[in-house]
Amino acid sequence: MTPGTSTRPPESSRPSEPVAAATAAGAADAQEGGGVAVRVDGLVREFDRRRVLDGVRLDIRAGEFVALLGRSGCGKSTLLRVLSGLDREIEGEVLVPRRRAVAFQAPRLMPWKRVWRNVVLGLPGRPERVVAERALTEVGLDHRADAWPKTLSGGEAQRASLARALVRDPDLLLLDEPFGALDALTRITAQRLVAEVWRERGCAVLLVTHDVEEALLLADRVLVMADGRIAHETAVELPRPRDVGDPRWTALRAQLLGRLGVAEADGGADSHVDGDVDGGAGVRRTPDGRGADR
Amino acid sequence: MSGEQAAAAGRVPAGVPVGPGGAVALSRVVPVSGRRWTVPRWVRRAVGPVGLVVVWQVLSGGGVLPADLLASPVDIARTAGGLVADGTLPSAMGVSLQRVAVGLVSGAAVGIALALVSGLSRLGEDLVDATVQMLRSIPWVGVIPLFIIWLGIGEAPKIALIAVGVAFHLYLNVYAGIRGVDAQLVEAGTSLGLGRWGLIRHVVLPGALPGAMTGLRYALATAWLALVFGEQVNADDGLGFLMNQAREFFRTDVIVVCLVVYAMLGLLADFLVRTLERLLLQWRPTFTGQ
Ligand SMILES: Nc1ncnc2c1ncn2[C@@H]1O[C@H](COP(=O)(O)OP(=O)(O)O)[C@@H](O)[C@H]1O
Ligand SMILES: [Mg+2]
Repeated sequence: MTPGTSTRPPESSRPSEPVAAATAAGAADAQEGGGVAVRVDGLVREFDRRRVLDGVRLDIRAGEFVALLGRSGCGKSTLLRVLSGLDREIEGEVLVPRRRAVAFQAPRLMPWKRVWRNVVLGLPGRPERVVAERALTEVGLDHRADAWPKTLSGGEAQRASLARALVRDPDLLLLDEPFGALDALTRITAQRLVAEVWRERGCAVLLVTHDVEEALLLADRVLVMADGRIAHETAVELPRPRDVGDPRWTALRAQLLGRLGVAEADGGADSHVDGDVDGGAGVRRTPDGRGADR
Repeated sequence: MSGEQAAAAGRVPAGVPVGPGGAVALSRVVPVSGRRWTVPRWVRRAVGPVGLVVVWQVLSGGGVLPADLLASPVDIARTAGGLVADGTLPSAMGVSLQRVAVGLVSGAAVGIALALVSGLSRLGEDLVDATVQMLRSIPWVGVIPLFIIWLGIGEAPKIALIAVGVAFHLYLNVYAGIRGVDAQLVEAGTSLGLGRWGLIRHVVLPGALPGAMTGLRYALATAWLALVFGEQVNADDGLGFLMNQAREFFRTDVIVVCLVVYAMLGLLADFLVRTLERLLLQWRPTFTGQ
């Protein structure tokens, strides 16, 4: 999982044939076949005829850590919900692994189940308590296995939620601003934890965040979403653990902030996040016929 | 808020100088464990009822409450002793309790089943809910004559009356409880791979439990009420019958004995619900008073 391999052909030059060929294969096959964890093409999601996702194209390799940046309300959570299979009122092609797990922004633990029962909830069969305890140990929460979720602190609840995702041994881990509600110190600990878990597990991760620094600390590749599309992507080819003082890191940060339309000392980029990717994705717009309605 | 008040509340208001120059009144935060011995909860809970009886006895003894209007507690205790000794009261209570139990169980079964049907499925809601909402506004006491005509004068109309009252309360609260379950939790359950039944069992039903408990409280209260009404019309045993008979002979003491029995049973029911809530809702940290 070297950062060097994380680049991929730019959107414009990628031939569209192989993508079409992969449609027939099941989601799991796609994962085993080409080492691809996610393949999304021409994804459209409308809310009341408003296109929140407008022809999203996105590939994630197996084991890759991808961060998704974007302004609030640009559709990050919507994309993540589609990838997790929770939202299927879509058009376009979406291939995801069968084993995937989500950690939402709010921990969403069942308040009526003790922490360890929350962790094993939904696992097939009658899972043993040790299964939960192993995952809880991984996030440093084994001593709270018997607690009620409502007695956990914000950071603890978030870690329990992460353990609940990890216990499913996912090929794709979807994280929707999992650290958003944490205080700065707890957030740093949680970020380290995720980095560690990812290194050990080697699953693909899609981290939705609005925090540029978080994205640059953790990800192989940073995507910027705007106007319902992946408008920009940057490979972060820096050694881990990342050094915030590294000038390359700072440069990347400035560049991304520019992409997000935040004026920074240097930035260099215009605030039109759209310019990077060709209009090809737009061509795939489907008429309002909503063929994918289920 | 003055500086003193603010300090007592444990905060320092902005602008009050702290340090060598300013004199800020500080107050100690007294740890709770510092308070030594407190009266046990059950003793405190008994204060009200016992006090009521004492006041009543004093009023009766002082002649403020004439015995033919309201017998004194001592007289009532004596009457109760007599009723227990000759077996009247135990048999009446047995009959009444049995009616409540059967009515409660059958009413709960119907109410909860209907609530599940309309709470869990939209089709069920369309079919069931409007009907129940319509029937529920019928004053059920007014249905007694019809029940007697339909079901005769045996146990059936009395049990049916209780069951109807219980079913409506449980239906409304369980249904509301189910529909009040956080959609985000349902979504989380889905993402964890729970199927339809898994969701119902692990997410929806536990989430509806607080509502169901409220429903159970109302249902129990309604069950006693329905019992009184049912037994005062056309019964030849049970607590309501005992009261009715006492009324005809102007035995206020017997009437009050029956009322006290009702009150005791109500207290018992409340205790049972409290225990159930403590067991089933222990995951829910709620305000417990200070
Ligand atoms: N269920 C919904 N109904 C209508 N609009 C929605 C719904 N969910 C999301 N949206 C809209 O879609 C847009 C993208 O939302 P979201 O993906 O949550 O943004 P974010 O990038 O901040 O996660 C927002 O404008 C939001 O209002
Ligand atoms: Mg969001």
